[in-house]
Amino acid sequence: MENSTVDLSAIERVEAARTAHLTAGAKPAKVLARDVNVYYGDKHALKAVNVEIPDRGVMAFIGPSGCGKSTFLRCINRMNDTIASCRVTGKITIDDQDIYDRSLDVVQLRARVGMVFQKPNPFPKSIYENVAYGPRIHGLTANKAEMDDVVQSSLEKAALWNEVKDRLQDSGTGLSGGQQQRLCIARAIAVNPDIILMDEPCSALDPIATAKVETLIDELRSNFCIIIVTHSMQQAARVSQRTAFFHLGTLVEEDSTKTIFSNPKDQRTQDYITGRFG
Amino acid sequence: MTVVYFTALALLTLSAYVLASRRSVALSSTGVRLHSLPAYHGLLAISLVIVPMLLIWAVGTPLVSQFAASNALTNFPAETRNDALQAGSALREIKNLAAGQRSGDVSDTLRAAADTYSAWRTTGDYLLLSIGLAAALLGIAASLRLVSGPFRARNHFESVVRVILLACAGVAVLTTIGIVASVLTETIRFFFDPNIKGRPGVFDFLFGTEWNPQQAMRADQGDIKSAYGFVPLLTGTLLITAIAMCVAGPLGLLSAIYLAEYASPRMRRYAKPVLEILAGVPTVVLGFFAALTVAPYIRGWGEALGLDVASESALAAGLVMGMMIIPFISSLSDDVMNAVPQSLRDGAYALGATKSEAIKQVVLPAALPGIVSAFMLAMSRAIGETMIVVMAAGLAANLTLNPLDAVTTITVQIKTILVGDQEFDSAKTLAAFALGFVLFFITLILNIIALRIVRKYREQYD
Repeated sequence: MENSTVDLSAIERVEAARTAHLTAGAKPAKVLARDVNVYYGDKHALKAVNVEIPDRGVMAFIGPSGCGKSTFLRCINRMNDTIASCRVTGKITIDDQDIYDRSLDVVQLRARVGMVFQKPNPFPKSIYENVAYGPRIHGLTANKAEMDDVVQSSLEKAALWNEVKDRLQDSGTGLSGGQQQRLCIARAIAVNPDIILMDEPCSALDPIATAKVETLIDELRSNFCIIIVTHSMQQAARVSQRTAFFHLGTLVEEDSTKTIFSNPKDQRTQDYITGRFG
Repeated sequence: MTVVYFTALALLTLSAYVLASRRSVALSSTGVRLHSLPAYHGLLAISLVIVPMLLIWAVGTPLVSQFAASNALTNFPAETRNDALQAGSALREIKNLAAGQRSGDVSDTLRAAADTYSAWRTTGDYLLLSIGLAAALLGIAASLRLVSGPFRARNHFESVVRVILLACAGVAVLTTIGIVASVLTETIRFFFDPNIKGRPGVFDFLFGTEWNPQQAMRADQGDIKSAYGFVPLLTGTLLITAIAMCVAGPLGLLSAIYLAEYASPRMRRYAKPVLEILAGVPTVVLGFFAALTVAPYIRGWGEALGLDVASESALAAGLVMGMMIIPFISSLSDDVMNAVPQSLRDGAYALGATKSEAIKQVVLPAALPGIVSAFMLAMSRAIGETMIVVMAAGLAANLTLNPLDAVTTITVQIKTILVGDQEFDSAKTLAAFALGFVLFFITLILNIIALRIVRKYREQYD
């Protein structure tokens, strides 16, 4: 185990150097996890995870159900704090800042790390208010005109503007499933985060809506660090540049998506992507 | 006789089930494919026994009783029979004697009448029993004949169930209609019956500012001026309700927020039942708490501040009533807040909302329809509450908005008017029905408003 993580980070550095010209100006690792363990009560859900996630790109977490990929994702914006029995050890840094440090304000962390959930969860408010919610609670805009701009540009970035621009005051819950999910993405973008976490964002959507969301993810990666948990290996292959494979609470292998799907080093990864389990 | 009838009913029900299901089992063992399971054949047989027997009993018993009574009364002279009051008292004596509950001298006429009554009763009861038994046996025979492979006992039993459910729902609806109709009839008499002395006009009732329902019972009492102005009662009711809602609204809602969002599961497990016990305290207990503890305290406190406080004050009644309705608000609001999906909270947290922001801006708006209906329910409870106000607010119909004065409410006046001996053709008694009708109307309006609000937000939020 120890061996493989050392290997991985070495490979990662090579990879980062190789793609440096693509991500010029960005730091090589946006999110850095060192020896992260998560316990739900007595259950050891995540075991000694080490990973570096580069900025400006899409990182996919794949693995069978219950392998800890969502748990790890929820560590990155400390959503696990809302679960009373959950305990996290180890170190996660974003831009070299320890996010589990006592001095860190979790509210500010979450303003920098947006999240999109498995099931679209628009607030039972108007479309406009859904998007305006984040900027409003963080006081990002000074007046109505600025807010209008933020709402419009967020909806445009989420490729939803043209569909809803004439009914911004309608309820967000009245949209179709795919539109709701893109609304949730717009809502996350509106606070201008660095990182967007997506927890199986397409699992509740039909194929057409899925395609739209995937196209959107592909467009967003030039501006954000996107981390996506997915059950669908095809989706990981389509949208991500790097992929991490989780199995039974451990991070088995992390590499460029191409390598993971064409030439994985670990037998378990090989078995999973060829459909032998999971 | 009733005992015999129902014992027979029970035995026949049991045997109908056993016979019909056995027969269908026997049939299927000969290789016939049954459409319905044996239990359904049995249940259908049961309904063919129970329904006719209960119907015969429900229709027959009053008929028998009435027939026996009218035959017994033939022993009395015609003038007794034709006077409703005398006939009624004679009938009571007959029944008491027949039941062996009458002591003292018994006249021959009465003795003879009681014997006639008992004889007719016995005959009638036996007749009823035999008709019932015959119907039940017919039912069993019919259900046994019906048992066959293709017979759809399951579907038929399903329609029996539907009719039973419909009948139960019908009872509730008909009762409501009946209550409204009876109150409405008396209210119309109160306003428009020319035989009622001292009745007010509709306008005087609705807008009059003086309430004094006294009436001369005897000629020597002179002419007491009575007044039926409804306004002081309305203001009293609204004043006390407003005080109660001022107490219960914030306390109930805030404790609901604590229970639903902040309390640990352990805390919630203990705190919620304790809060609900408050709803189970009999209002008469709360009433004397209000009258004997809270009211003197308020009076003492008012006097210390140099205020003029009546010993029975709207404030005391309102405060205690507020305590009473806290659980309605807190428990229901807690339930609806718990029903708000966790994903909405997660969505707010993920955007960097603090806990109180998430509650204020996401959970409460999403739970608003339920919270509004909780408030409305609490308010109708407060408006309809009687015992606390009787004991703590007094009877003086003062037209005032000062919470330190004694006021009276619609419910208190209804109770005051109807307690004790009443003559049914006086304006005083009928005024209670008019008040009841107005009270019903107010709560109806409140409910309609609540439904409107709930529907409006439902449309927006779901």
